[in-house]
Amino acid sequence: MTTIKSTAAQMADALAAGSITSVELTQQHLDQIERVDSAVHAFLYVDKEGALEQANAVDVKRKQGDLLSPLAGVPLALKDVMAQKGIPTTCGSKMLEGWRPPYDATVVTKLKNAGVVILGKTNMDEFAMGSSTENSAYGPTHNPWDLTRIPGGSGGGSAAAIAAFEAPLAIGTDTGGSIRQPAAVTGTVGVKPTYGGVSRYGLIAFSSSLDQAGPCARTVLDAALLHEVIAGHDQRDSTSINAPVPQVVKAAKKLDVKGLKIGVVKELGGEGFQAGVLNRFHESLDALVEAGAEIVEVSCPTFDYALAAYYLIAPSECSSNLARFDSMRYGIRIGDDGSRSAEEVMNLTRHEGFGPEVKRRIILGTYALSSGYYDAYYGSAQKVRTLLMRDFSAAFQLADVLVSPTAPTTAFKIGQNDNDPLAMYLNDIATIPVNMAGIGGMSLPSGLADEDGLPAGFQIMSPAMKDDLMYQVGGTLEAALLSRWGAPLLSQAPVLAGK
Amino acid sequence: MALSYDQAVEKYEPTLGLEVHVELNTKSKMFCSCATEFGASPNTQTCPVCLGMPGALPVVNGKAIESSILIGLALNCSVAPFSRFARKNYFYPDMPKNFQTSQYDEPICVNGYLDVEIDTDEGIKQFRVEIERVHMEEDTGKSLHVGGATGRIHGADYSLLDYNRAGIPLVEIVTKIVGGTGKYAPQVARAYVTELRDILRSLGVSDVKMEQGSMRCDVNLSLAPASSGTLGTRSETKNVNSLRSVERAVIGEVIRQSNRLDAGERIVQETRHFLEESGQTRPGRSKEQAEDYRYFPEPDLVPVVPDSAWIEQLRATLPEKPSTRRKRLQQAWSVPDKEMAAMVNAELLDVVEETISLGAEPTRARSWWLGEVSRLANEREVAATSLITSAQIAEVINLISNGELTDKLARQVVEGVIAGEGTPREVIDKRGLKVVSDDSALMVAIEAAITAQPDTAERVRGGNIPAAGALIGAVMKATGGQADAAKVRELLLKHLGQG
Repeated sequence: MTTIKSTAAQMADALAAGSITSVELTQQHLDQIERVDSAVHAFLYVDKEGALEQANAVDVKRKQGDLLSPLAGVPLALKDVMAQKGIPTTCGSKMLEGWRPPYDATVVTKLKNAGVVILGKTNMDEFAMGSSTENSAYGPTHNPWDLTRIPGGSGGGSAAAIAAFEAPLAIGTDTGGSIRQPAAVTGTVGVKPTYGGVSRYGLIAFSSSLDQAGPCARTVLDAALLHEVIAGHDQRDSTSINAPVPQVVKAAKKLDVKGLKIGVVKELGGEGFQAGVLNRFHESLDALVEAGAEIVEVSCPTFDYALAAYYLIAPSECSSNLARFDSMRYGIRIGDDGSRSAEEVMNLTRHEGFGPEVKRRIILGTYALSSGYYDAYYGSAQKVRTLLMRDFSAAFQLADVLVSPTAPTTAFKIGQNDNDPLAMYLNDIATIPVNMAGIGGMSLPSGLADEDGLPAGFQIMSPAMKDDLMYQVGGTLEAALLSRWGAPLLSQAPVLAGK
Repeated sequence: MALSYDQAVEKYEPTLGLEVHVELNTKSKMFCSCATEFGASPNTQTCPVCLGMPGALPVVNGKAIESSILIGLALNCSVAPFSRFARKNYFYPDMPKNFQTSQYDEPICVNGYLDVEIDTDEGIKQFRVEIERVHMEEDTGKSLHVGGATGRIHGADYSLLDYNRAGIPLVEIVTKIVGGTGKYAPQVARAYVTELRDILRSLGVSDVKMEQGSMRCDVNLSLAPASSGTLGTRSETKNVNSLRSVERAVIGEVIRQSNRLDAGERIVQETRHFLEESGQTRPGRSKEQAEDYRYFPEPDLVPVVPDSAWIEQLRATLPEKPSTRRKRLQQAWSVPDKEMAAMVNAELLDVVEETISLGAEPTRARSWWLGEVSRLANEREVAATSLITSAQIAEVINLISNGELTDKLARQVVEGVIAGEGTPREVIDKRGLKVVSDDSALMVAIEAAITAQPDTAERVRGGNIPAAGALIGAVMKATGGQADAAKVRELLLKHLGQG
């Protein structure tokens, strides 16, 4: 029987077989949201009517015998960073409170065309800046594994929605790890496709050269199914790659890694990594060896500088990207009482509308781009980026994919890093190099850490536009671990008390 | 005693620098598909991209790239094999993203030149103006400040914003410093902008209407003591919006700066505004500190890498240069330098060429446009070409050539056409302006004249040909001026045995 705990692939099969309608399936998820979201707070907005309307439209088409896309009728949660026409889109910021975009992001258009039912918008760190979803102007999201802990960030809402069975699928965006780190700490799967693989049109920019939308799911195959819906060239995004989408669904179903070389990155897994996280990582490597892969060690010495370079490039781009939030055309406007100049109103609005982390990064970036400092900061960071790419190229000469733990630790307590932004930034130490190089990265559950019984993540990195390789390795590892565990990892999560 | 212009240029050597902004006449904007039509209702030609909506992304207009390359080629520039857009960051309400997408240190075309000729007392002189760069950027929106005394943002009651112009493609053409012009600096500046406008018009890439702002000029000028070989501090006079104003702005700045220098004062490097009424400039609002635009490469766009075969294809389509054309026409029509210069200055070259191509005799075509039509146009303070078409003038000239009209009658026909009485043919019919060319009708008048002046007739018979003038005059009088004087002369002399 199809329940909210089924995989998206199972739901799709049941819908196709007619054993459940999309309206029924959507209603089940709306009920679960109603039951648990007051505790989890994964959603900022639930579009009940819109979702049921979309679901009904798919049911009607199916009845008529129309040719439908594989995920037609399956519900999904959309990170609030994506513009959806007529639906409140806040980016987790007070700045955009009440704004309803006049247009759909390309990802949203593709989801709608595929008949995927959009349940609502999920919580996130303000403008996708953070690793805990605590920076949301609308309050934090809670990790379904332990409601006192963070669900990762910035896409904590999307990951938590999936872990809490509020949705089988979600869209996330990943600038430095915002899909993968939440996946790791919630025991779910998250994929950052190759930069340019999925259109950024309608994705509210944090750092344009790093941002990439991708799928969040409970299984590798589900992620692959969603990946193929949203990927592909888009004329509206100049940086989108005009090439065929890698066949990730086929790769996820391969369940074979014989002859593949798996490169363990020496620099990602030493100091600062929680022992239990490392234990699960090494077990996963053993599982891959058993499945026929060859493990090699690779060194990427520039990775040590990746975090520092990232915190120059991302803030620099964000300082410019967020300049448009000036109260003139959309969003909130503060202090426009007729006595103040446009400049004063802009200042007041930005003062009130942006939270502290966003301001911190705007200031960092403004400084890094300033004349006299540009070469030392932004210029040097771009050089590091080039060196990182060379490290990756060299490593991919030795291995088909690279692997590491996704995040150094399991989920930490809400509030734990309130006064230590640097400790917060370190969460992304293993995920950031992937964004800096524009390649693909996936996180899937590797088990529960010994110390705290919380999920740990295993990261697979694949060369640009070879996203299929990480799905192949991820699918194989997932199957191997599932047979050891006997049941999906999420079945060990505590049952959330319903309303 | 203040220095006059002539005294100023004896003491000081002017150095020019000219920056010309040209709105391209592409159908759509630089980075989106919005229309670019001039004069549309406010904010009707906008979309999420040119309004800087969250999530919207730019896509470069290929036609704008093509136009920019054509401009570069026509200005003898080299086309950069790799050029990039950059963001110029500053806050202003009419700039939707609060950064302008422009080219900075990697422009599309560099290092060209334009030869210009000026008409002086010492004859035609040629100057080479070297071009530093041709780069692309987007225009801003327009602000209308309502209330307050100045029409400027400070002191206004409120401001209205029209984003129709936001994102219209602009090309900026920047000269290197132009020295060695001596007292001719104003004419060189004007000749350069004129020649540039003619080239842009011949390329068909812009409307080049200075009065509508589709071509705008900033004039940089500095003075140094004559023969000192040094460079002085420059002022930048913004938005000089007619050819005549370019010349006047240079004169105005030479006089202002020379008098300051003579008084032992310093020239401040600043932006100034041209005052159309007085021909002088006033300082712009002084900036408390130097602007720091924090330029960095635009991450939302890919570099412009034009294919060299394409560049050669475009080069092959370049139209004849206006200067080459002038030389060709001058030679073909055998026109003296002064008359050619007069036609060029009066912007009559196109209509004269058209008139001739419609079969009109070249000398008559020139003298009609430059003479009678220009005179009538000056009286009415309008452009000659707005009064009458080249086809109408050609028709009148052809009627003169085949003897159907005299010059005197033709002037009446032209007057009639301008007064809206119809085509030349219709005016002739309505006003009854036909030349009397019927020999027998003329012979009657000739006989009458001979009878009236028998002594004069006798002198002509005796070989005194000039005496025939009195008889011809009498015939012309008798026919009300509608006879062809040459024809009358021919018939008369023949009749008196002198033909």
